[in-house]
Amino acid sequence: MKPIIAASLLALLATLALPAQADNYSVPKNAAFEEECASCHMAYPPQMLHADSWRAMMGDLSHHFGSDASIDEKRRIAIADFLVANSGGRKTGNTRDAQGKPLLRITETTRFEKKHREISAATWKRASIKSPANCGACHTRAAAGEYSERSINIPK
Amino acid sequence: MRHLLVIAAAIFTVSAHAETPRDFLTRFEKEAGAAASAERGARFFTTRQGGEWSCASCHTDKPTQAGRHAKTDKAITPLAPATNAERFTDAAKVDKWFRRNCNDTLNRVCSAQEKADVMAWLLSLK
Repeated sequence: MKPIIAASLLALLATLALPAQADNYSVPKNAAFEEECASCHMAYPPQMLHADSWRAMMGDLSHHFGSDASIDEKRRIAIADFLVANSGGRKTGNTRDAQGKPLLRITETTRFEKKHREISAATWKRASIKSPANCGACHTRAAAGEYSERSINIPK
Repeated sequence: MRHLLVIAAAIFTVSAHAETPRDFLTRFEKEAGAAASAERGARFFTTRQGGEWSCASCHTDKPTQAGRHAKTDKAITPLAPATNAERFTDAAKVDKWFRRNCNDTLNRVCSAQEKADVMAWLLSLK
């Protein structure tokens, strides 16, 4: 009997530990992605968007959230392929808008909104945070793909 | 013999691509057909030119220092060659960033004169 209880306890603990685990992303290495994308913003884990969103984004880099982020065609295709190959699956949640168009902002995905429900508009605007796109402001280990509760430190 | 040829080819390829910041000033002045003005470059760089941002919005008005992306807050290494030896050493990069950033700050491409002026100012910074 005892081993069974111990086993169920272990299983229960494992389930409790899961949500924290699920907040980590392996960050695949890609030199072109690092150089071209991470010169202006952090290298967002490709898993945070669906393939369709990455395809749409990489299809119009001249109008990239109000900036011209155009790059040479060979690199554009290579980075698009990398993002699509590593894009998110079911865990990413909905990445289409009400009209069915692929969402381009990670911050507009269902998963992001759900995870950040408790953050007030005023907090987002703090000089130390500036924008919801600035993951590293609060997720101290974002660069390593770690977004668990443990590594969160919301600056004043 | 074959090895020597490979080495010679490699050296030639490297030297054909390596450029110095002064090379870009020379190139833009030649394209503009006129001498550059560092003073004009400083004004161009630090004031808005039609867009929402100026160059200084991200690179600061002292580009010997590090800047920050106006929107994402990502750190940007200094732009002035005096404090960042990596700047203006690769033609493909220089052309890429002028094309993109001129579009963002002027809603058009920069003229050769404007680029020459900015180069002259950046090179004058210590």
